[in-house]
Amino acid sequence: MDIKDLTIKKARELLDKKEISAKELTNSCLENIENKNKELNVFLEVYDDVLKSAEDAQKIIDAGNSKELTGIPIALKDNLLFKGKKVSSASKILENYRAIYTATSVQKLIDQSAVLLGRTNMDEFAMGSSTENSAFGVTKNPLDSSRVSGGSSGGSAASVAGNMALGAIGSDTGGSIREPASFCGLVGLKPTYGSVSRYGLMAMGSSLDIIGPITKTVTDTEIIFNAIKGKDKMDSTSIEIKKLKDLKIKKLKIGVPYHLIDQDGISDEIRKNLNDSIEKFKLLGFEIENIKLPNVDKSLAVYYIIMPAEVSSNLSRFDGIKYGLSVDGKNLLDVYKKSRGQGFGKEVRRRIILGTYVLSSGYYDSYYGKAMLARKIIRDEFDSAFKKVDAILTPTTPFPAWKIGEKKSPLENYLADIFTVSANIVGCPAISLPSGFSKIDGKDLPLGIQLMSPHMSENVLFEIGKYFLGENL
Amino acid sequence: MIFKEEIKKLADLARIEIKEEEQEKLAGEMGDILNYVKIIQDFHSDENEEFTNPSLVVRGGQGGVINVLREDENPSESGLYTDDVLKEAPQKENGYIKVKKILG
Repeated sequence: MDIKDLTIKKARELLDKKEISAKELTNSCLENIENKNKELNVFLEVYDDVLKSAEDAQKIIDAGNSKELTGIPIALKDNLLFKGKKVSSASKILENYRAIYTATSVQKLIDQSAVLLGRTNMDEFAMGSSTENSAFGVTKNPLDSSRVSGGSSGGSAASVAGNMALGAIGSDTGGSIREPASFCGLVGLKPTYGSVSRYGLMAMGSSLDIIGPITKTVTDTEIIFNAIKGKDKMDSTSIEIKKLKDLKIKKLKIGVPYHLIDQDGISDEIRKNLNDSIEKFKLLGFEIENIKLPNVDKSLAVYYIIMPAEVSSNLSRFDGIKYGLSVDGKNLLDVYKKSRGQGFGKEVRRRIILGTYVLSSGYYDSYYGKAMLARKIIRDEFDSAFKKVDAILTPTTPFPAWKIGEKKSPLENYLADIFTVSANIVGCPAISLPSGFSKIDGKDLPLGIQLMSPHMSENVLFEIGKYFLGENL
Repeated sequence: MIFKEEIKKLADLARIEIKEEEQEKLAGEMGDILNYVKIIQDFHSDENEEFTNPSLVVRGGQGGVINVLREDENPSESGLYTDDVLKEAPQKENGYIKVKKILG
């Protein structure tokens, strides 16, 4: 069966009406994986018990006990633990590691009897915007295989865009769900900090990390978000998001920080697409207001201090002793250095060194200390903006998906995160919505817009998003 | 500007072996990145602003962030997870992780 236009919502109806079986649905995904994975490098592994999961899900459907995701094929980013299965964060240091427990978000999918297909490629330890930093090769974009899928959750986005899964789970530290979603023409949600438990997610920047969905529609994103969210005793930073009251949708006001969009380094097609999207919102009845976020242009700089600082501490656990790759040396220190030197890829090493630098005595105050002050100021600017508007609109990325190998320096790659990092810095939710295409080198490349809203108001993003994509007609 | 010698020192602190030829390149890249992030030095701030814990910042304006504590009680049965945890250790012996001699 063709699942190109099949959403999770539609699949649920078809499954419950017995028009399709969970096995047929799963087989369609497996067929597409079989045909395309060699070329695109989306899945690092397809689990060996996928069909068994589909059969188990079918029994639940047949008994009339199905939940929203029962029998729905979903892909997992390779940094989410699933007990007994390999999980590597696309790193050599964990190449043969098997999870000894299951992440809460994954358990919640299992509890609904979703069919977990396998683990998808990513930038090593989620550090990158293109999966070019994976130790196992780049994931090509299913819409144009000469280009990247984005990252770090590039494999997750490509699995949905390539019709190998109906939905996928990724993680977002500075844009790693939203950027690949926009590069693949999909919806991607970075939820409110703490709304989804991080238990069992390999840590990158603990004050920034969050797990979220990548799907074809806002409705599907909402379904997965509702399935995985919630307070968890295994993650003390997790919180409960209560159901908010219904929104008076047409009265919502969207703020646009035009001064950010006038910066250098933003491509013409992105600017044009944003203006087209603004016109569309106006036609839909939304009020658009020009807003100022005076220090938000420094978010990326703040991010590239805080994130490596947290990375350097989080990745100190990899030592060649407790688990993962171990390279023998002449003494214990030598084992540490060799295991980490050979196990970590270039970008991971670079960020650990950078983090070590900004935290080292003599530089701490002028880098980390200053970044923490700036973080609070940026948070305050968002708070004041949200007193005036219900959501803030920007492009998701400053340019569309680039050609594999095109970006040479680390800094060039980092600039892809310019619009996305702010939401992680302040902890608010943000969604990327597909906003059309731009013809580049004869191919239609998808573009995306980003909406951000106050903490715990994902419902604002869902409502506006559904209007924008025409899902509530 | 950052020098090769500094990279060497940082790599030592971070317990990462980095080859000679890569140190030079890394110094250049780090210099570029630090040159970019230094723009935070001139954001508009009150000099007397106090340092805020990150967990307070990411919660937005809601406040109410408190330490999450629990009583240290009901330990799991001894050895219950030992096999699981040790399964992934590269070197082990009699239920322990084995490491090289630390004291000379």
